[in-house]
Amino acid sequence: MNESATKDDVVLIAKRWKNKRGSLIMALHGLQNRFGYVPRDAAMELAEQMDVPLARIYEVITFYNYFKLKSPGKHVVSVCMGTACYLKGAPKLLKHASESLNISPGETSADGEFHLQMVRCVGCCGLAPVVTENETLLAKVTVDSLEAHLCKCKNKEKEKA
Amino acid sequence: MTKKIHAIINGLPVEVQAGVTILDAARQVSVHIPTLCKHPDLDATAACGICIVRVKGTAKMLRACCTPLEANMEITTEDPEIIQVRRSVIEMILSKHPNECLTCGRSQNCELQTLAAHFGLRQTHLDSIVPDLPLDETTHAVTLDPRKCITCGRCIQVCQQIQDVWALSFLQRGIDTRISAAGDIHLADSPCVRCGQCSAHCPTGAIVEYDDTEEVWEKLRDPEAFCVAQIAPAVRVAIGEAFDFPVGTNLTGKTYAALRRMGFKAVFDTNFGADLTIMEEAHEFIERFAHGKSVLPLVTSCCPAWVDFMEKFHSDIIPNFSSCKSPQAMVGSLAKTYFAEKNKIDPAKIFVVSIMPCTAKKFEILRSKEMSSSGYQDVDVSLTTRELARMIKQSGIDFHAVPEEQPDHLLGAYTGAGTIFGATGGVMEAALRTAHYLITGENPSRMEFHMTRGLQGIKEGEITVAGKTVRIAVAHGLGNVEKLLAKAREARAAGQDPPYHFVEVMACPGGCVGGGGQPYGVTDELRTKRAAGLYQEDQAGLWRCSHDNPYVQKLYEEYLGQPLGEKSEQLLHTTYRPRPTYHR
Repeated sequence: MNESATKDDVVLIAKRWKNKRGSLIMALHGLQNRFGYVPRDAAMELAEQMDVPLARIYEVITFYNYFKLKSPGKHVVSVCMGTACYLKGAPKLLKHASESLNISPGETSADGEFHLQMVRCVGCCGLAPVVTENETLLAKVTVDSLEAHLCKCKNKEKEKA
Repeated sequence: MTKKIHAIINGLPVEVQAGVTILDAARQVSVHIPTLCKHPDLDATAACGICIVRVKGTAKMLRACCTPLEANMEITTEDPEIIQVRRSVIEMILSKHPNECLTCGRSQNCELQTLAAHFGLRQTHLDSIVPDLPLDETTHAVTLDPRKCITCGRCIQVCQQIQDVWALSFLQRGIDTRISAAGDIHLADSPCVRCGQCSAHCPTGAIVEYDDTEEVWEKLRDPEAFCVAQIAPAVRVAIGEAFDFPVGTNLTGKTYAALRRMGFKAVFDTNFGADLTIMEEAHEFIERFAHGKSVLPLVTSCCPAWVDFMEKFHSDIIPNFSSCKSPQAMVGSLAKTYFAEKNKIDPAKIFVVSIMPCTAKKFEILRSKEMSSSGYQDVDVSLTTRELARMIKQSGIDFHAVPEEQPDHLLGAYTGAGTIFGATGGVMEAALRTAHYLITGENPSRMEFHMTRGLQGIKEGEITVAGKTVRIAVAHGLGNVEKLLAKAREARAAGQDPPYHFVEVMACPGGCVGGGGQPYGVTDELRTKRAAGLYQEDQAGLWRCSHDNPYVQKLYEEYLGQPLGEKSEQLLHTTYRPRPTYHR
């Protein structure tokens, strides 16, 4: 990824949200979706483009633990531990993912392929329990369906190799 | 007319305007509700919970700082349960606070220490969980120790709202909340302009001035060094607070004496430099105003935090900036040239220490190559008023008993115009006096330009000199600057006449009397009293116009030639450059 490509991406994200009040969080989601985390350079560029103090941006991205300041793995597996998902068995899913990937929540695998994390509420409680892998949303997840998806990811990486 | 509210506080009837908080209403009937996070300059954030009170008929305790008094409220500010809650809050804060009072920069002057003492906490029942966070001394102007932060948020409010600098913010949340330079970097890499208002508003030792006293002691003990000092206008009316003098007492003569007893071989006055600044700046103004050389408005440049702010965020107005160095820098360069030559002292041995109400002056002395115009660093160390107070105490000087002394010439005599530099609007007033003289050949019939005085954030006015109207504006507190600049830019873009001809800006609310390096506890009441001390000296003085200063006249005759002349340009003027920083 070269520098100007990064800047163009940020400009695009900022353009989308700039004139909507209270949309800083959405723009930051945009950044994290694009880069997998919120790189400092991108945050600085976003500040410039959206006319928001960098101080404000860091207040937000350090307040919400969903935002990451460091590069995570290629596949970010987020297990929702919000109330609905929790009651529908999310802890079991988290334990399974942790064992299957051999990392604890909050960690990135040594090969940089997987990052596992807990999140609190993805905002679709009707589909609980929910797990996301990057942009893919897995609904009404069971241990088996989770394992199937993780296997698919692992195989994809093997094929590439 | 606003509604009057009648209520009862601790059995005492109270009447206030609608909207007044319980805290302020209580003070009217001499009931002092303890506070910690609340500062009179700032909006209440209700962060700490010390000021809780009980209102009859409600189970919940309310925070007095942010709750308006309502009609017929019956308020209790002290009872065993209230005291117990307050003690618990203090105990929780202390459990997260390092137990380092004896070596802390705020010892004996700390609002948390005082509160703990008032509540007689002799032991704590909570485990200590002091976070392990590094010091940030990168600015060499203020020292940030995030471990000592009690997350009251005052510094952030000052930095973001009053100063519009956005160098400080909270990061993370809950028990992990910490104060940091914005973006979690070093303060020196942030938009920080080193005004030090964060340190002036911090209730604890989390932000204090960077201490340079050790280097000064070393030089004072060095028999080879020829140490000289200069004191800024605002220092003389504030230093007394550290020695329990009434606020605003002018202690110029005692300060000279104390400095000599500490070992300074010559004591100058920055007010002399202020008079010189006016000579140069008023001529600059006339060049622009009457002869159309360069753009208007002319903008003052004495305040280093303002200069830094302008270079970081408003570099398009560099052409409007006065090229005059600040009074501190002028005295520094002349001490190592004019004074050195006249007294046959090797300038390499002269060590110039400036006593300033300011933390940004510590940066100014190094800000550009023009700060070494004498061939040496013109000012070697800049100390704050607070540091000088400590040095006097350390020296065992009885500041009350020490007799008043006179400054050393050639850089010591000053006029009332130089003195009032320390208050917002003072530079403008002083410049107008001399500009009037330069245009008409006479001093103004009334020396006071009241439109420039007082604590209103932006002051605008017009004066007529020899049939010409001069439009002026004065701003203090950097947050007020944007509005002035927006107006000037709009006119410039539209090709219209500038809205102002002359603009004064001081970064700190109240000007230098409210500077970030002044004794702690500043409020508008203190700012007003300190300024009054300066205006009093101006009124009582023999000379009230900078051009009447005989030593300034002598300096031009013997050494500089004329204002804006070649030698003046070399020693008394500077340049500016954009210093881009990230977006604030």
